[in-house]
Amino acid sequence: MTRPAHRRPGQSRKAQTSLFIAYVIAVTGAVAGLLLAILSVVDPVGFAQLRVASHEVTAPVARVSRSVIGSISGVDDAVSAYVKAGSQNRRLRKQLNDTRRQLVATSALQEENRQLKALLKLQQTDRAALANGYLLTSTSTSSKRIALLSIGRNLGVQAGQPVRGADGLIGRVLSSGPSVSQVLLLTDVDNIVPVRRARDGLPALSSGRGNGDLDIRTLNIANNPFKPGDILVTSGTGGLYPPNIPVAIIVRRQDDGALARPLADPGKVDAVSVLRPYTPDNIEARPAISTAPAAPVPARPVPQ
Amino acid sequence: MNRKGPRLGEPASLWRMRLVPIASVMVASALPLMLPLIANSPVLPPLGLLLFLCWQLLRTEMWPVWIGLPLGLWDDLFSGAPIGTAVALWTFASLAIHYVEQRIYWRGFYHDWAIGAGLVAAIQALAALITHPQADAVRVLSLVVPQIVISALLVPLFLRLTGMFDNFRLKRR
Repeated sequence: MTRPAHRRPGQSRKAQTSLFIAYVIAVTGAVAGLLLAILSVVDPVGFAQLRVASHEVTAPVARVSRSVIGSISGVDDAVSAYVKAGSQNRRLRKQLNDTRRQLVATSALQEENRQLKALLKLQQTDRAALANGYLLTSTSTSSKRIALLSIGRNLGVQAGQPVRGADGLIGRVLSSGPSVSQVLLLTDVDNIVPVRRARDGLPALSSGRGNGDLDIRTLNIANNPFKPGDILVTSGTGGLYPPNIPVAIIVRRQDDGALARPLADPGKVDAVSVLRPYTPDNIEARPAISTAPAAPVPARPVPQ
Repeated sequence: MNRKGPRLGEPASLWRMRLVPIASVMVASALPLMLPLIANSPVLPPLGLLLFLCWQLLRTEMWPVWIGLPLGLWDDLFSGAPIGTAVALWTFASLAIHYVEQRIYWRGFYHDWAIGAGLVAAIQALAALITHPQADAVRVLSLVVPQIVISALLVPLFLRLTGMFDNFRLKRR
């Protein structure tokens, strides 16, 4: 390529000054931008409205492209499903038989559970979803995992509400706009969820790795009790996430905990529900137990 | 004189000359949020940044050196990184390109590729570190490595793409 024109503006004092001013603007602007970035890391809510406004602009395009293309991430699954149809069919039929047997056993347990709960006068609270929507698109060029939800303040979505799919937890609402809202996915590095092991209630913390997997750490570091296949559910500790939403399955053990895979893949989930945050107000708003139980209530009323 | 037809040797429209580069970068920045793709990791290369760097490598003097401020702010709105990250990093990148342009007298294709790849790698790594200040630095960097490799390999393609846009930009009527 040829060398472009020389950038020294010659003897013209005016041109020299304007070039100098351009550099001054650039450097001060860049430093100001760096400060702004640090500020918005410290206080992410302050600048959320700017982002909300810009996402409102792209959301209509995302809606159209979603309806035209469908979800891109499902394509590989659809292809491999055709290829593996035969063996998959045989495997699934076997699985179905097993599951049916388990279902019978579970339904007996469920009935027993209901009776015991009735005995303890515990109300099965109907924590219905606040609103349902679908994930439109997500940030895919930065290390932040934010997805765009198709509903916003028009359906009562507010910042801080948990979002779940049919299979499990998806994340929480970061900020909401008039017709779309941002969801911080479970797999984001900064998303920490208090969980417990479904089997025995062992408390742990889940934090995203940013690449689709989760890090699970127990609260006591002395031993590493996790085994591959353990299911983790939300514990409800610290509010925000209601208890007993499925979160992840342990894949393998690590030095300081375990590596887990989320049960709900946001790339494949179709519809998601926005739930009420699990705050003291919402817990109290449930129908109160009419009479105090005579006997002291055990901490875990459901026998395992 | 024929008033309807184009005149011989008439330059391209000023609007097109100014708007095409800026619009292409802005659309490329916003494009990932228009695709129905729910990514579990940073899978797409930073399209806006690649076009921004390639435009500057191709036509260093087209833009003032502070152009990274508005274009970076636009990219920050869509990338998910804290607002201000790209404002700062993109402007430092254009300062770097202006400096390199003065140092390397005749820049060739491989120079451009190396400069573009190096700047993309530095910007994506620093942006990830700014985004997650509390997290383990090694883990955060390993998160963006695949993206950096893909972006580095895509630089020549984006240089050609920018060239195509540039031909359209300067096409005579």
